[in-house]
Amino acid sequence: MSAKLTSRQVGDVTVIDAAGRITLGDGASSFRDTIRDLAAKGNKKLLLNLADVSYIDSSGIGEMVSGFTTVTNNGGQLKLLGLSKRVKDLLQITKLYTVFEVFDDETTAIRSFH
Amino acid sequence: MARPENGKLEKVQATLDSVLESVDKAEEFVIQEAGKAGFDEDEQHQIGMAVRECTVNAVVHGNRYSKTKKVHLDIERSSSALTVTIGDEGEGFDLSSLPDPLAPENLLRQSGRGLLLIRTFMDDFDLHPRPGGGTEVRLVKHLAKS
Repeated sequence: MSAKLTSRQVGDVTVIDAAGRITLGDGASSFRDTIRDLAAKGNKKLLLNLADVSYIDSSGIGEMVSGFTTVTNNGGQLKLLGLSKRVKDLLQITKLYTVFEVFDDETTAIRSFH
Repeated sequence: MARPENGKLEKVQATLDSVLESVDKAEEFVIQEAGKAGFDEDEQHQIGMAVRECTVNAVVHGNRYSKTKKVHLDIERSSSALTVTIGDEGEGFDLSSLPDPLAPENLLRQSGRGLLLIRTFMDDFDLHPRPGGGTEVRLVKHLAKS
């Protein structure tokens, strides 16, 4: 299954619920477009919920980094929620834990923006 | 757990087109063989991802999606290890030209993490020119002694 992305608003935070696989040619580009669209529309507080993402490869990681850069350059913040152990391991291996703020709980993540 | 008898090799070979669908095929093949070899689910996932990243490199950077070039996948399963060889028909590749993805100035680069994942997930990694042209990558994962 390729990546499916839906967004919802929780106060002034936009939560992007991702599901499926974020891999080269299989969801990574739609992922990039969604984040860019949201950033272009002025959304400054983005929370990417990866709880239902079954697989991310290096291209998917690259898209997450690209999204982070886009949002940050727009004066906003992109944070991560609900990472599986495998995705957490990928962030450790790539040292991206030092870049992304990561949360296990949505309420705590939403509160962190304020 | 079905493992080949000591010293006996089980081999699987596939010739794949230079399209992204081949990446999924290569990953599926290797996960299947890793399961037969006795690797656990996490190890199968790691081996699958390493092969996925190598096959992406072969299709995208090596063969550049050429309809006339193929990706050559060889999987060897023994009682002690899984060895995977992935070859492309591209113009060669210089490992030393790649920036370190863990250097602070490279952390926010969009690409360049594939080889890091491959080296992390596999026990041995070797890249060399492929006989007849192109690049060949050899990956080995050893089975933990039970």
